[in-house]
Amino acid sequence: MEREWKRARRLGPKQRRSYMEFLYILPFILLVAAMSYFPLYGWRYAFHDYEPPFPITPENFVGLKWFNYIISKPARVRDVLRVLRNTFAMSGISLLFSWFPMIFAVFLNEIKCRPYRKFVQTATTLPNFISWVLVFSIAFNVFSSTGAVNTVLMDLGLIQEPIAFLKSSEHVWFRMWLWLTWKNAGWAAIMYLAAISGIDEQMIEAAKVDGATRMQIIWRITIPSILPTFFVIVMLNIASFLNNGMEQYYVFQNNFNKEYIEVLDLYVYNIAHQGTGNYPLSTAISMLKSIVSIGLLAGANGLSKLIRGESFI
Amino acid sequence: MTAHIQPRKRHAHRSFGDQLINVITYIVYAFFTFVCLYPFYYLIINSISANNLSERGKVIFWPLEIHFTNYKNLSTIPGLTDAALMSVLRTVVGTVMTVLIAAFLGYMFTRQTLWKRKFWYRFVAITMYFNAGIIPWYLAMKTIGLTNNFWGYIFPTVVQPFYIILCKTYCESVPQALQDAAEIDGAGTLRIFFRIMLPVIKPILATIAIFAAVNQWNAFQDTLLLMRDKRLYTLQYVLYQYITQASSIKISSSTTTTDIAGALATAATATSIRMTVTVVVVIPVMMIYPFFQRFFTKGIMIGAVKG
Repeated sequence: MEREWKRARRLGPKQRRSYMEFLYILPFILLVAAMSYFPLYGWRYAFHDYEPPFPITPENFVGLKWFNYIISKPARVRDVLRVLRNTFAMSGISLLFSWFPMIFAVFLNEIKCRPYRKFVQTATTLPNFISWVLVFSIAFNVFSSTGAVNTVLMDLGLIQEPIAFLKSSEHVWFRMWLWLTWKNAGWAAIMYLAAISGIDEQMIEAAKVDGATRMQIIWRITIPSILPTFFVIVMLNIASFLNNGMEQYYVFQNNFNKEYIEVLDLYVYNIAHQGTGNYPLSTAISMLKSIVSIGLLAGANGLSKLIRGESFI
Repeated sequence: MTAHIQPRKRHAHRSFGDQLINVITYIVYAFFTFVCLYPFYYLIINSISANNLSERGKVIFWPLEIHFTNYKNLSTIPGLTDAALMSVLRTVVGTVMTVLIAAFLGYMFTRQTLWKRKFWYRFVAITMYFNAGIIPWYLAMKTIGLTNNFWGYIFPTVVQPFYIILCKTYCESVPQALQDAAEIDGAGTLRIFFRIMLPVIKPILATIAIFAAVNQWNAFQDTLLLMRDKRLYTLQYVLYQYITQASSIKISSSTTTTDIAGALATAATATSIRMTVTVVVVIPVMMIYPFFQRFFTKGIMIGAVKG
């Protein structure tokens, strides 16, 4: 300490530059502190009886009241369990089908006609770049009672009455996965395509000389070569198991599907914004969620280290 | 990736199984492509077809009774012009700031001379992995004064650790001799950044700019959480309102024509407004899309490199 202080007093040009450079980045450090670290301080709202216009004071400190509240009232417990079920179902389906973009990429690579392959890739990547609001707008227009799907089905005589696709409580989880895949699969495939292009061409040629069929090459060479990429993606999926985000579910939610569409992120928003709005409860739940998420991230990272000897953070 | 030419492609014996895989692959991918493109096509043909037909779902394959009244009347939809300006403004300001900050911090974190360099780098990078949750975040933004404030769109998003890592990685690949030479000539830290590094790292900045712009243009949640003031609504937000509160849009029918059939075909309906606005919001993304496609792989692959 003493020595450092002495050194700082007689600033040589090098130290001066060192501190000057820190001054340059200081505004941005402060910005990060305000935008990312300062909100953590807001976790204290979970320990108070906070109602928006009034500030939190030592008087309305209630300790773990809101955490107990989650598990003490049967109606609330049922609600939380329902939300957890939805979260686990949606993340579970995504995890279960996380091989889809990989297989998509593998067979896309089998298309030898380059313009066609490029075209497919361009078309299937496009939905990734539009917002969930736009996805919802598309869903609304294409699947409404007078939308393309219902019109075609009725014209073909397959149905008599238009199907209310969006205002339905059936298969909500699977439908949400379909929209997610519609939006993301083409984009997710790009990483696998890049990994496939890194495979040694000679290996494939050698296999061909030895008389391997196309399926054998895919099964014995292509897929094993891109499995490490797949593994990382799966680990990332596990790490974000509780973080479905709320945007997709927020725009698609309505009175018909609410029972099944409310995931944790949306639930946290809804309890703060519906009725009188319960900020402390919402904060308490998102706090627990954040802590579990950090645990999942650390766990997935540890697993990755254990299996591949490499961490992904 | 495509340079491989199969040498004996022509006279190699293609088995029946191979051919079958080919056919199935082509058909399946044609289906995927159709599923991804048709919705956009559907919206476009409906927005230029007679409104009374599109409302009843008659426009499926191609436009019927083409007219562009819907687009001419866009300015009469309340709130739309302001929202469009707001979306453009936040996209421009947000993108420029995000890119410059990513470049600057990415560069600064490569400076060995920076005081406590490693610590500050981790301080920024680690924010990728946690967040406080939307309610504490909202309350924090309220305390800082970013609710109902244009900067609420900008400040929370401009320091992006991921982009900073991209820039840092890129800066590290630039030969150190370039900086050393400038330093010998007496250039300071900032001068080296603006005169030497900024031009050199342009390729990665282009990639970042595209992703930042798309994110700004598509952002919806921040308006939902932070903004109550109607003047700050963005296109994404008003579009969402048009969809969920279709009946509440006051349609100022500009019927100057006496021809009833013509009036029906061009009078704005909730459906026509919804579809036309959707097309308007999608178009900018679709327009720049072919140009930025070549940046995809670059962006996603550099991202895979750890910082």
